[in-house]
Amino acid sequence: MLIDTVLFYFFAVLVVGGGLLTITRRNAVHSAISLIVSLLGVAGLYLLQQAEFLFAVQIVLYIGGIMVLFLFVIMLVNLDLAAKERQFNRQWLVALVAVAVVGAQLSWFIYRGRDAFHVAESVAQPVEAGMAVGNTAILADALFKDYLLPFEIASVLLLVAVVGSVVMAKKRI
Amino acid sequence: MHPITTVHYLALSAALLLIGTVGVLTRRNIVIILMSIELILNAVNINLVAFSHTLHNVDGQIFAIFVITDAVAEAAVGLGILIALFRNKETVLADEIDLLKW
Repeated sequence: MLIDTVLFYFFAVLVVGGGLLTITRRNAVHSAISLIVSLLGVAGLYLLQQAEFLFAVQIVLYIGGIMVLFLFVIMLVNLDLAAKERQFNRQWLVALVAVAVVGAQLSWFIYRGRDAFHVAESVAQPVEAGMAVGNTAILADALFKDYLLPFEIASVLLLVAVVGSVVMAKKRI
Repeated sequence: MHPITTVHYLALSAALLLIGTVGVLTRRNIVIILMSIELILNAVNINLVAFSHTLHNVDGQIFAIFVITDAVAEAAVGLGILIALFRNKETVLADEIDLLKW
Protein backbone atom coordinates (compact mmCIF):
# COMPACT_ATOMS: atom_id res chain seq x y z
CA MET A 1 0.00 0.00 0.00
CA LEU A 2 2.74 2.42 0.91
CA ILE A 3 4.66 1.82 -2.29
CA ASP A 4 1.44 2.48 -4.25
CA THR A 5 1.01 5.82 -2.50
CA VAL A 6 4.60 6.87 -3.12
CA LEU A 7 4.42 5.84 -6.77
CA PHE A 8 1.14 7.66 -7.25
CA TYR A 9 2.57 10.91 -5.95
CA PHE A 10 5.73 10.46 -8.01
CA PHE A 11 3.73 10.00 -11.21
CA ALA A 12 1.34 12.81 -10.26
CA VAL A 13 4.28 15.20 -9.93
CA LEU A 14 5.53 14.05 -13.33
CA VAL A 15 2.09 14.62 -14.91
CA VAL A 16 1.38 18.03 -13.41
CA GLY A 17 4.94 19.34 -13.65
CA GLY A 18 5.27 18.22 -17.26
CA GLY A 19 1.93 19.78 -18.11
CA LEU A 20 2.82 23.09 -16.51
CA LEU A 21 6.16 23.22 -18.32
CA THR A 22 4.39 22.34 -21.59
CA ILE A 23 2.18 25.39 -21.55
CA THR A 24 4.79 27.84 -20.25
CA ARG A 25 7.94 27.15 -22.29
CA ARG A 26 8.88 29.62 -25.03
CA ASN A 27 10.69 27.09 -27.21
CA ALA A 28 8.28 24.59 -28.81
CA VAL A 29 10.84 21.75 -28.64
CA HIS A 30 11.13 22.22 -24.88
CA SER A 31 7.33 22.11 -24.70
CA ALA A 32 7.28 18.84 -26.64
CA ILE A 33 9.84 17.25 -24.32
CA SER A 34 7.88 18.37 -21.25
CA LEU A 35 4.77 16.85 -22.83
CA ILE A 36 6.66 13.55 -23.19
CA VAL A 37 7.43 13.65 -19.44
CA SER A 38 3.76 14.30 -18.69
CA LEU A 39 2.60 11.44 -20.93
CA LEU A 40 5.13 9.12 -19.28
CA GLY A 41 3.56 9.99 -15.93
CA VAL A 42 0.12 9.13 -17.28
CA ALA A 43 1.51 5.81 -18.54
CA GLY A 44 2.83 5.08 -15.06
CA LEU A 45 -0.61 5.78 -13.61
CA TYR A 46 -2.10 3.24 -16.03
CA LEU A 47 0.39 0.67 -14.82
CA LEU A 48 -0.49 1.48 -11.23
CA GLN A 49 -4.12 0.64 -12.00
CA GLN A 50 -3.40 -2.71 -13.67
CA ALA A 51 -4.13 -1.40 -17.17
CA GLU A 52 -1.04 -2.91 -18.75
CA PHE A 53 -2.32 -2.86 -22.31
CA LEU A 54 -3.12 0.86 -22.12
CA PHE A 55 0.35 1.42 -20.65
CA ALA A 56 1.91 -0.17 -23.72
CA VAL A 57 -0.43 1.73 -26.05
CA GLN A 58 0.43 5.00 -24.31
CA ILE A 59 4.17 4.44 -24.70
CA VAL A 60 4.05 3.17 -28.29
CA LEU A 61 1.35 5.42 -29.70
CA TYR A 62 1.67 8.68 -27.79
CA ILE A 63 5.35 8.90 -27.02
CA GLY A 64 6.50 6.95 -30.05
CA GLY A 65 3.95 8.16 -32.58
CA ILE A 66 2.27 11.44 -31.80
CA MET A 67 5.29 13.10 -30.25
CA VAL A 68 7.51 12.21 -33.20
CA LEU A 69 4.82 13.72 -35.44
CA PHE A 70 4.87 16.89 -33.32
CA LEU A 71 8.67 17.12 -33.44
CA PHE A 72 8.63 16.61 -37.22
CA VAL A 73 6.20 19.50 -37.63
CA ILE A 74 8.20 21.69 -35.27
CA MET A 75 11.28 21.10 -37.40
CA LEU A 76 9.29 21.57 -40.62
CA VAL A 77 7.67 24.83 -39.58
CA ASN A 78 9.99 27.70 -38.84
CA LEU A 79 9.31 28.58 -35.21
CA ASP A 80 12.33 30.84 -34.57
CA LEU A 81 10.33 33.96 -35.35
CA ALA A 82 7.42 32.86 -33.17
CA ALA A 83 9.74 32.18 -30.24
CA LYS A 84 10.87 35.82 -30.22
CA GLU A 85 7.34 37.20 -30.03
CA ARG A 86 4.79 37.52 -27.25
CA GLN A 87 3.82 34.01 -26.14
CA PHE A 88 0.42 34.63 -24.58
CA ASN A 89 -2.62 36.28 -26.16
CA ARG A 90 -5.02 38.72 -24.58
CA GLN A 91 -7.65 36.15 -23.61
CA TRP A 92 -6.19 35.45 -20.20
CA LEU A 93 -9.34 36.78 -18.53
CA VAL A 94 -11.44 34.02 -20.14
CA ALA A 95 -8.85 31.47 -19.07
CA LEU A 96 -8.92 32.85 -15.54
CA VAL A 97 -12.72 32.50 -15.35
CA ALA A 98 -12.59 28.92 -16.68
CA VAL A 99 -9.88 27.98 -14.22
CA ALA A 100 -11.76 29.62 -11.34
CA VAL A 101 -14.96 27.68 -12.10
CA VAL A 102 -13.31 24.27 -12.36
CA GLY A 103 -10.98 25.06 -9.47
CA ALA A 104 -13.99 25.92 -7.30
CA GLN A 105 -15.59 22.57 -8.18
CA LEU A 106 -12.35 20.77 -7.41
CA SER A 107 -11.84 22.41 -4.04
CA TRP A 108 -15.50 21.75 -3.17
CA PHE A 109 -15.04 18.04 -3.82
CA ILE A 110 -11.80 17.95 -1.87
CA TYR A 111 -13.53 19.80 0.97
CA ARG A 112 -16.35 17.26 1.06
CA GLY A 113 -13.90 14.42 0.87
CA ARG A 114 -14.83 10.87 0.11
CA ASP A 115 -18.58 11.38 0.62
CA ALA A 116 -18.79 13.23 -2.67
CA PHE A 117 -17.76 10.07 -4.50
CA HIS A 118 -19.69 7.33 -2.77
CA VAL A 119 -20.80 6.14 -6.21
CA ALA A 120 -17.19 5.48 -7.10
CA GLU A 121 -16.50 3.31 -4.06
CA SER A 122 -19.64 1.15 -4.12
CA VAL A 123 -18.61 -1.97 -6.00
CA ALA A 124 -15.72 -3.74 -4.34
CA GLN A 125 -15.83 -7.40 -5.29
CA PRO A 126 -12.57 -8.64 -6.75
CA VAL A 127 -12.72 -10.37 -10.11
CA GLU A 128 -10.64 -13.49 -9.54
CA ALA A 129 -11.27 -15.19 -12.87
CA GLY A 130 -10.43 -12.05 -14.80
CA MET A 131 -7.17 -11.44 -13.01
CA ALA A 132 -5.90 -14.89 -13.89
CA VAL A 133 -6.27 -14.28 -17.65
CA GLY A 134 -4.55 -10.90 -17.77
CA ASN A 135 -5.55 -7.42 -18.77
CA THR A 136 -4.82 -7.73 -22.48
CA ALA A 137 -6.92 -10.87 -22.92
CA ILE A 138 -9.92 -9.31 -21.15
CA LEU A 139 -9.56 -6.17 -23.21
CA ALA A 140 -9.38 -8.13 -26.45
CA ASP A 141 -12.50 -10.08 -25.49
CA ALA A 142 -14.47 -6.91 -24.89
CA LEU A 143 -13.04 -5.09 -27.90
CA PHE A 144 -13.71 -7.81 -30.45
CA LYS A 145 -17.03 -9.03 -29.09
CA ASP A 146 -19.03 -6.21 -27.53
CA TYR A 147 -17.35 -3.30 -29.26
CA LEU A 148 -16.71 -4.73 -32.70
CA LEU A 149 -18.73 -2.12 -34.61
CA PRO A 150 -17.12 0.91 -32.84
CA PHE A 151 -13.75 -0.73 -33.45
CA GLU A 152 -14.40 -0.90 -37.18
CA ILE A 153 -15.72 2.64 -37.23
CA ALA A 154 -12.52 3.77 -35.50
CA SER A 155 -10.48 2.10 -38.23
CA VAL A 156 -12.47 3.97 -40.89
CA LEU A 157 -11.88 7.19 -38.93
CA LEU A 158 -8.14 6.56 -38.99
CA LEU A 159 -8.24 5.94 -42.74
CA VAL A 160 -10.11 9.22 -43.28
CA ALA A 161 -7.61 11.04 -41.06
CA VAL A 162 -4.63 9.64 -42.97
CA VAL A 163 -6.07 10.61 -46.35
CA GLY A 164 -7.16 14.00 -45.03
CA SER A 165 -3.80 14.91 -43.55
CA VAL A 166 -1.98 13.92 -46.75
CA VAL A 167 -4.38 16.04 -48.81
CA MET A 168 -3.92 18.97 -46.41
CA ALA A 169 -0.14 18.87 -46.34
CA LYS A 170 0.43 18.19 -50.04
CA LYS A 171 1.44 21.13 -52.18
CA ARG A 172 -0.48 20.14 -55.30
CA ILE A 173 -2.96 17.30 -55.43
CA MET B 1 -0.51 8.25 4.79
CA HIS B 2 -3.94 7.68 3.26
CA PRO B 3 -4.30 4.92 0.69
CA ILE B 4 -4.84 6.13 -2.87
CA THR B 5 -8.53 6.20 -3.83
CA THR B 6 -10.42 7.12 -6.96
CA VAL B 7 -10.77 10.65 -5.60
CA HIS B 8 -7.02 11.15 -5.89
CA TYR B 9 -7.12 10.19 -9.54
CA LEU B 10 -10.10 12.47 -10.16
CA ALA B 11 -8.31 15.42 -8.55
CA LEU B 12 -5.20 14.80 -10.63
CA SER B 13 -7.33 14.51 -13.76
CA ALA B 14 -9.08 17.80 -12.98
CA ALA B 15 -5.73 19.52 -12.46
CA LEU B 16 -4.43 18.23 -15.79
CA LEU B 17 -7.66 19.32 -17.50
CA LEU B 18 -7.22 22.81 -16.04
CA ILE B 19 -3.63 23.04 -17.26
CA GLY B 20 -4.70 21.97 -20.74
CA THR B 21 -7.57 24.48 -20.81
CA VAL B 22 -5.29 27.33 -19.81
CA GLY B 23 -2.87 26.29 -22.53
CA VAL B 24 -5.57 26.24 -25.22
CA LEU B 25 -7.01 29.58 -24.18
CA THR B 26 -3.87 31.62 -23.61
CA ARG B 27 -1.06 30.42 -25.88
CA ARG B 28 -0.52 31.97 -29.29
CA ASN B 29 1.58 29.23 -30.87
CA ILE B 30 -0.68 26.72 -32.66
CA VAL B 31 1.72 23.80 -32.07
CA ILE B 32 1.48 24.33 -28.31
CA ILE B 33 -2.31 24.69 -28.52
CA LEU B 34 -2.42 21.23 -30.14
CA MET B 35 -0.18 19.88 -27.37
CA SER B 36 -2.58 21.32 -24.77
CA ILE B 37 -5.43 19.42 -26.45
CA GLU B 38 -3.39 16.24 -25.97
CA LEU B 39 -3.13 17.12 -22.27
CA ILE B 40 -6.92 17.48 -22.03
CA LEU B 41 -7.50 14.12 -23.72
CA ASN B 42 -5.04 12.49 -21.32
CA ALA B 43 -6.96 13.93 -18.38
CA VAL B 44 -10.09 12.24 -19.74
CA ASN B 45 -8.20 8.96 -20.06
CA ILE B 46 -7.01 9.10 -16.44
CA ASN B 47 -10.65 9.47 -15.40
CA LEU B 48 -11.83 6.56 -17.53
CA VAL B 49 -9.12 4.20 -16.33
CA ALA B 50 -9.62 5.20 -12.68
CA PHE B 51 -13.33 4.34 -12.81
CA SER B 52 -12.60 1.18 -14.78
CA HIS B 53 -10.23 0.08 -12.02
CA THR B 54 -12.62 0.97 -9.20
CA LEU B 55 -15.71 -0.66 -10.69
CA HIS B 56 -13.85 -3.72 -12.01
CA ASN B 57 -15.33 -3.07 -15.43
CA VAL B 58 -13.20 -3.12 -18.54
CA ASP B 59 -15.44 -0.79 -20.59
CA GLY B 60 -13.59 2.29 -19.36
CA GLN B 61 -10.33 1.03 -20.77
CA ILE B 62 -12.03 0.29 -24.10
CA PHE B 63 -13.25 3.86 -24.24
CA ALA B 64 -9.76 5.07 -23.37
CA ILE B 65 -8.51 3.20 -26.44
CA PHE B 66 -11.11 4.99 -28.57
CA VAL B 67 -10.09 8.34 -27.07
CA ILE B 68 -6.47 7.62 -27.98
CA THR B 69 -7.58 6.75 -31.53
CA ASP B 70 -9.38 10.07 -31.79
CA ALA B 71 -6.33 11.88 -30.42
CA VAL B 72 -4.16 10.33 -33.11
CA ALA B 73 -6.57 11.31 -35.87
CA GLU B 74 -6.91 14.82 -34.47
CA ALA B 75 -3.15 15.32 -34.21
CA ALA B 76 -2.54 14.09 -37.76
CA VAL B 77 -5.22 16.27 -39.33
CA GLY B 78 -4.38 19.29 -37.13
CA LEU B 79 -0.70 19.19 -37.98
CA GLY B 80 -1.55 18.77 -41.68
CA ILE B 81 -3.72 21.88 -41.50
CA LEU B 82 -0.90 23.68 -39.68
CA ILE B 83 1.59 22.87 -42.45
CA ALA B 84 -0.84 24.06 -45.14
CA LEU B 85 -1.50 27.22 -43.12
CA PHE B 86 2.19 27.95 -42.65
CA ARG B 87 2.77 27.55 -46.37
CA ASN B 88 0.16 30.22 -47.14
CA LYS B 89 0.42 32.68 -44.25
CA GLU B 90 4.02 32.27 -42.98
CA THR B 91 2.89 32.39 -39.36
CA VAL B 92 2.04 29.92 -36.59
CA LEU B 93 0.52 32.43 -34.20
CA ALA B 94 -3.19 31.85 -33.72
CA ASP B 95 -4.26 35.49 -33.39
CA GLU B 96 -2.48 36.57 -36.58
CA ILE B 97 -4.70 34.25 -38.63
CA ASP B 98 -7.71 36.56 -38.79
CA LEU B 99 -8.77 36.29 -42.42
CA LEU B 100 -12.39 35.73 -41.47
CA LYS B 101 -12.46 38.58 -38.96
CA TRP B 102 -14.15 41.70 -40.15
